[in-house]
Amino acid sequence: MELIGQGIVKALEMLVSGDGELWRIAWLTLRVSGTATFLSVILGIPVGVLLALTRFRIRGFTVSVVYAGMGLPPVVVGLVVSILLWRSGPLGDLGLIYTPTAMIIAQTLIATPIVTGLTMSGIQQLHPKLHLQILALGASRWQLFGLLIREARLAIIASVIAGFGRVIAEVGASMMVGANIVGETRVLTTAMVLEVNKGHFDIAIALSIVLMLLIWLVITLLTRLQQGGRPL
Amino acid sequence: MKWIRSSVALLALLALLAGCGTASKTPEAPPAEPPITEQQKPAEQTSHKPSNPDIILATTTSTQDSGLLDVLIPMFEKQSGYKVKTVAVGTGAALAMGEKGEADVLLVHAPSSEKPLVEKGFTINRRLIMHNDFVIVGPATDPAKVKGIKTAAEALKKLNDAKANFVSRGDDSGTHKKELELWKSAGITPEGGWYIKAGTGMGQTLTVASEKEGYTLTDRATYLAQKNNIKLEIAVEGDGPLLNIYHVMEVNQAKFEKVNADGAKAFADFLLSKEGQETIKNYGVDKYGQSLFFADGGKVETDLTGGK
Repeated sequence: MELIGQGIVKALEMLVSGDGELWRIAWLTLRVSGTATFLSVILGIPVGVLLALTRFRIRGFTVSVVYAGMGLPPVVVGLVVSILLWRSGPLGDLGLIYTPTAMIIAQTLIATPIVTGLTMSGIQQLHPKLHLQILALGASRWQLFGLLIREARLAIIASVIAGFGRVIAEVGASMMVGANIVGETRVLTTAMVLEVNKGHFDIAIALSIVLMLLIWLVITLLTRLQQGGRPL
Repeated sequence: MKWIRSSVALLALLALLAGCGTASKTPEAPPAEPPITEQQKPAEQTSHKPSNPDIILATTTSTQDSGLLDVLIPMFEKQSGYKVKTVAVGTGAALAMGEKGEADVLLVHAPSSEKPLVEKGFTINRRLIMHNDFVIVGPATDPAKVKGIKTAAEALKKLNDAKANFVSRGDDSGTHKKELELWKSAGITPEGGWYIKAGTGMGQTLTVASEKEGYTLTDRATYLAQKNNIKLEIAVEGDGPLLNIYHVMEVNQAKFEKVNADGAKAFADFLLSKEGQETIKNYGVDKYGQSLFFADGGKVETDLTGGK
């Protein structure tokens, strides 16, 4: 128990002393997971809307794949992305392995199915005749998409929150494709693993406090947007 | 309308993050260009700037977990202008990376597994860097009564007889390979509920052994670094087979064209330079009152093992 106390003291110490390394790690964490979430929004929302509105032959199969993707284990993604990006792999010439870009790629793959799946279910939850009515009022196809997304906004922002929460918390993929290189690919979760291995439990606890604060801050921002002025 | 404004704000926020991401990652994409990181800046002031500044070092967890690399690498980066990307994995994984040309230079500690790589031409210039030793640690109560036994083989026999908890790394690391060698030389195949295969790095394995009141084989450096967090004491030390020998090897560019051969050689040479060897020799003295590693630059393996 006293370890947790020591960790809290250490966290305060590190925050107050303006530990440059800590801020760099926290910023990289936010940058990598934020970018990955952004990309997953760009990819996931349109695909989710399309899956919700269209009917095609292998739709049931596709939906089950997307839902299964929501449980995609980060280590599986890490392994596959590593194999692709290694020097001996098909994308080896890009020299991306052990860079923040590699981590963004892996995290985008993890977050996209979550955003897609929850967007799809959010749109499907709208009244089935709503889009017929919108079309009857003379809306174009793009206007229809825009209006449906607007109607399902609560669910869609929830999907962004879920996606961000998943990637900022994951460690397996970041460790494999980023390798926890100091000053380059070290994020809060991988730094914690290292500190635990070194036996620096107080620093590890301090890092978890910083990580949880960071998650809480970002999620609070997103929740504000979602609730749009409604009392929380 | 309010909602539209907030989603625009949200997208702008995310785009800002994404923008920061791309802005600082673009220079990293072409490997021929130096990454503009804060660490790089002082290095750029040095006179010679390498054309390919990124070196991938595949090494064992013990060199990272003991903190040695945190001292050596910034020093090397500062004077050479190279940027070392350390991938700290078990020796098995590090050797596999060398065999596939995924790393430029290897710092590993499993001599018998290293030799085949040199023989097959995957790596060149295998040179002795340093050694320390393995020790068998266990709970203070010493339930298997192995404390003070002179040879590792005898101690392992007693552990097997007593069925005392023994935590194995179980991860194909250098330490794990050494442990399996020791069991083999003792003529025992360890199995049963007392033989716990942890599958974790050295630091974590020590914690597991401490919690399970078991014995384990560890390198001395990691043990000393962890000593204050765990309730384990040294039971067996000083036996010849417990030597822990680290070699550096450069991955052969003739086999894998993407290998940064100049960088690998520069790093290996640095480890063997007077400055590198001094740093290794003095590392840990201030904190633990003893050296964690013994610098062996210029020696060969038989100098340490006495030709055995």
